[in-house]
Amino acid sequence: MNDPALHAAPLPALLAIRALAFGYAGDPLFQGLTLALRPGQALVLNGGNGSGKSTLLRLLAGLLDPDEGGVERAVEADGEPVALAWLGHALGLKPALTVAENLAFGACLYPRRGRMGRDPALAAVGLDGFAAVPVRELSAGQRKRVALARLLLVDAPVWLLDEPYANLDPEGCRLVDRLVDHQLRGGGAVVLSVHRAGQAGFAGPRQVLDLQGAA
Amino acid sequence: MRALFALLLRDLRLASRRRFDLLQPLFFALLVCLLVALAVGPEPALLARLAPAVNWIALLLALLLALDTLFRPDAEDGSLEQMMVAPAPLPVLAVARVTAFWATAALPLILAAPLFAVMLRLPATDLPLLMLTQLLATPTLAWIGAICAALTVHAGRGGALLALLLLPLAVPVLILAVGTLDAGRQGLPVLPPLLLLGAGLVAACSAGPFVCAAALRLGLR
Repeated sequence: MNDPALHAAPLPALLAIRALAFGYAGDPLFQGLTLALRPGQALVLNGGNGSGKSTLLRLLAGLLDPDEGGVERAVEADGEPVALAWLGHALGLKPALTVAENLAFGACLYPRRGRMGRDPALAAVGLDGFAAVPVRELSAGQRKRVALARLLLVDAPVWLLDEPYANLDPEGCRLVDRLVDHQLRGGGAVVLSVHRAGQAGFAGPRQVLDLQGAA
Repeated sequence: MRALFALLLRDLRLASRRRFDLLQPLFFALLVCLLVALAVGPEPALLARLAPAVNWIALLLALLLALDTLFRPDAEDGSLEQMMVAPAPLPVLAVARVTAFWATAALPLILAAPLFAVMLRLPATDLPLLMLTQLLATPTLAWIGAICAALTVHAGRGGALLALLLLPLAVPVLILAVGTLDAGRQGLPVLPPLLLLGAGLVAACSAGPFVCAAALRLGLR
């Protein structure tokens, strides 16, 4: 904090939202939204049901196109935009496949592996020894943990998490906090949505975007 | 490239664990052929004359039935979102998905053609040509179907809409394929229509992945 050079040249943003506008059927949900997300920072989207948290996350992920403005991603050394990792309400797991098969497929969609292997990642989410179990035999909370483990397997500087705390017991919520902090410490960024501001218990620096006012 | 093989492997694994889904289009086509054979009655000559067309229509309808499972399960369980957000290029993933679909839905139908041919009293001399047209035309149909399925994946009742979209688009392929067999029976050269089917195959396999990826993105809005 005492280094003046650090303040003079802030790290370039991993994700920049510029004058973003979006609405369903002419009913504007956001207008002129401008934000920059730097490495090591989290953006917490706070708002009730229907306030546009998921919509904003989908816009950031490129799953929706904005009406105006845009979302810009930093560019890696190889010329590709930084990779995004997505965790939505639907977890993207195949019930008929085992935990290991699901994770292997998820990891293969990314050109670079994360620092963690499969077994350490499973241990980190508390699913030690579940690698050969079909996902259909897991509970909703355990499935969510598998999806969280998938985040650890890939090298994606930006995580987009839609209500990561939903369906989890208090211990699971602390697990999400630990993972978010792990990602922030590693120089990544996280955007996550919550429906109660107090839910996000991680330690890292954050910006909070209150969407109730915007709706 | 790694993503392509990973998705192919996943789909083949899924197919091998749900073998009944694999048999469904096959039984469906079998039933269509059986119904026609029963409805036409004991007239082998008439049946033999109709056989290529009936076999082709059964194949088309069975493919249509299977098409609904091309993207819908992935869209419902969130796998499609994972694939679209990940850095792996979407056209490459579409190639893997459609290849797996062709191998698990269309290929068994082509291999079962001799069985349908016996049921429909198709002359044995026509069988190789029939299977050749199916081999050439089913990838084209799979890509046309994939584009239609991508467009309707988020529409509520996709099945009926998919049929309305796909069947008119499949007409040229159907006419060419059945026309090839007619030409063969009349002793006309079969190479030109076969080459046309091949041209369609090349066009579909080269443009299909990109159109299909664009359609998947369009379907999200």
